[in-house]
Amino acid sequence: METRSIRLRVKRQDRPQAQSYWQEFEIPYKPQHNVLSVLMEIRSNPVTREGTPTTPVVWEASCLEEVCGSCTMVINGRVRQACTALIDKLEQPIVVEPMTKFPVVRDLMVDRSRMFEILKKARTWVPIDGTYALGAGPRVSAQTQEFGYSLARCMTCGCCLEACPQFNDHSKFMGAAVIGQVVLFNMHPTGAMNKDERLDVMMGEGGVSDCGNAQNCVQVCPKDIPLTTAIGELGRQTTIKALKDLLWR
Amino acid sequence: MAEQRLIVVGGGLAGLMTTIKIAELGIPVDVFSIVPVKRSHSVCAQGGINAAVNWKGEGDTPHEHFDDSIYGGDFLANQPPVKAMCEAGPSIVFLLDRMGVMFNRTAEGLLDFRRFGGTKHHRTAFAGATTGQQLLYALDEQVRRFEADGLVRKFESWEFLSAAVDAGGRCRGITALDQRSMEVQAFPAGAVMLATGGPGIVFGKSTNSTVNTGTAAGAVYQQGAHYANGEFIQVHPTAIPGEDKLRLISESVRGEGGRVWTYRDGKPWYFLEEMYPAYGNLVPRDIATRAIFKVVFEMGLGVDGQPMVYLDVTHIDPHLLDRKLGGVLEIYEKFMGDDPRKVPMKIFPGMHYSMGGLWVDYDHMTSIPGLFAAGEVDYQYHGANRLGANSLLSCLYSGQIAGPNMVQYARSQSADGAAEKGLDQEKRRQEDGFARLRKMQGKENVYVLAKELGEWMTANVTVIRDNDKLRATDNKLLELKDRWANIGLHDKGAWTNQELSFIKQLWNMLELARVITLGALRRNESRGAHYKPAFPERDDANFLKTTMASWSSDGPQLSYEDVDTSLIKPRPRKYDVEKSAA
Repeated sequence: METRSIRLRVKRQDRPQAQSYWQEFEIPYKPQHNVLSVLMEIRSNPVTREGTPTTPVVWEASCLEEVCGSCTMVINGRVRQACTALIDKLEQPIVVEPMTKFPVVRDLMVDRSRMFEILKKARTWVPIDGTYALGAGPRVSAQTQEFGYSLARCMTCGCCLEACPQFNDHSKFMGAAVIGQVVLFNMHPTGAMNKDERLDVMMGEGGVSDCGNAQNCVQVCPKDIPLTTAIGELGRQTTIKALKDLLWR
Repeated sequence: MAEQRLIVVGGGLAGLMTTIKIAELGIPVDVFSIVPVKRSHSVCAQGGINAAVNWKGEGDTPHEHFDDSIYGGDFLANQPPVKAMCEAGPSIVFLLDRMGVMFNRTAEGLLDFRRFGGTKHHRTAFAGATTGQQLLYALDEQVRRFEADGLVRKFESWEFLSAAVDAGGRCRGITALDQRSMEVQAFPAGAVMLATGGPGIVFGKSTNSTVNTGTAAGAVYQQGAHYANGEFIQVHPTAIPGEDKLRLISESVRGEGGRVWTYRDGKPWYFLEEMYPAYGNLVPRDIATRAIFKVVFEMGLGVDGQPMVYLDVTHIDPHLLDRKLGGVLEIYEKFMGDDPRKVPMKIFPGMHYSMGGLWVDYDHMTSIPGLFAAGEVDYQYHGANRLGANSLLSCLYSGQIAGPNMVQYARSQSADGAAEKGLDQEKRRQEDGFARLRKMQGKENVYVLAKELGEWMTANVTVIRDNDKLRATDNKLLELKDRWANIGLHDKGAWTNQELSFIKQLWNMLELARVITLGALRRNESRGAHYKPAFPERDDANFLKTTMASWSSDGPQLSYEDVDTSLIKPRPRKYDVEKSAA
């Protein structure tokens, strides 16, 4: 009788500056497993395939249903969330690595704080007057809402940046995720009132003009965010702004 | 003198709303979160948020919302705070709309509202089927704005360990663990908010996120904070069973017309519609869950003989499904491989929410002065059963009123040397505790113990409760506590040691598990989500009371407090007939 199993090769690293190394694990097959549930099973008995006891693998996860963005990693060469990486759909041994565009904290956990700093710089929010009762919000057409919602689902997971040839630790390019957010807040009726300050940021260092048009971002986005449409739209907005700046100076 | 900083622990909806309300007053806030705040469990809320605006002309009012919530909660909630929450609903939804939440719209560009369980009105505003995520993102952006202005400091990847309590019993700050360096630090604060969510992971597999261990609530409970109504655990009727978690399929699926059925005599049987003609598929969650249990276990009518029934949307226009339920159908499709637009979903109930939590007064202060609680971690708004789409509202409402109350409390306190002493002592106590954990060399695996805990709690302390089984479960918990002392730590590293953290968390989870189990054992009645076949009726004479647990070295001490029912007189709860006829 065939005994099926699940084999996982994990790239590990004990500390931020340490050398990485590989370990392979094997557990009995069960249907419905995903990469995270396999990692959970391994930590209940942290022993490598060769039988060497080891430490439980460290990873980041929270919602397990692909809405929080935590468990992003590179699985069989493709960046994605580990929770929706179903074992039955993956070639074995499954190769699991941390994202490469962000500093490794430990094993599969990386530090994506740069993404949140970029959002801060781009001022992607509606500057409300206050939280007290100031009545209803602006009207928004169902059509605008549908496009806005498609942008608003960005989990800041970083897949688009992992896949982007222009985004790395020696470039200033801010990447596709923030471009989607700038377009979102620039299209909101109240957010649009502060459109220019966001455009100034996106016309500066690492802004939209650094995009190399590889279009990898839209391919890997787990939420099908229309990132290339957003890049095109922001390019249009910045061009108009640049012309206006020239005329009004 | 500059005003003292305040601390908010937890970066979900309740924590971020508290933060915004404090920062808006110009007072600096330190936000501590175990995950980057944008990844908090609030993202998992799908269906929507309730606000009785009556924009569908059905005669809805905040008072009707209040009555539905009290009735849905089987009269166990103190009524004045619930009334205030329902009255605040519309202004909270308008505020979120002003923040830019991409709520679904009507043809006129107004907010759209849909139906949810336990009401006859279209009262729920929604952003696709990822409403919690969309609300959290809006608040996250507002907090980021305050962060850019220097009013908010974020400590992400920090784990709350304990309240720092001074000799006078007042909370003067916290201790927290840097999850990277594994160092303990103490942080002073004029007041502390715990907005740390529910304890789903105590049940092993649930619809909760992996971070929802309840460890923070368990920690302050052991420091003297009272825990109220712990036995009231909501099991959501529609989830997808999985190896690692039970993935929620939102109630909004039924709100948009989804039907629950199974085969009987070879034909589809829409059992909720037949059993509860007045509310049909939109009965409250405890009712739907028990009906599914009855059909599957008593009648043996699970799909293919498995513990599953169908949730069906195949009769609804696929474009409407995509617009209103896209996110949740996508989850089903990704994990199960079937397209729910074409094939009925297979679902089963799963542990979802804790109505109980830290006891708070109407200002949201716990029984430890200076320590506040808001969101799922408090017990205030949902009585014996929470209505769908009231959780997002209660998170935001509680944060909204708690923030200013914390400021007021902090201003009323005079500075003295006791704070520093309390902080130092607590830091040393925590460091000593971790030093002991690092030396653990026993034979038990912490993750295996947690799994056993979850299996016992799910089997015996969820939908159907039996006193013998509850007693056996408490014995099991005592056994697990003994075995906890025999855990062996595999990871001796001093950097990002998740195993070490989890050993500490598991102890706190076991403490809460006893509160939940013994609370259920003592409550000999059936009310809302708490159901004992041996005591099938609600017993107002003996149990129209809040269960209050306080920690002692001999286990939880339970006492009972009267419920404020001054606004709506308790009446029998029946969903087979209209409310007016009940």
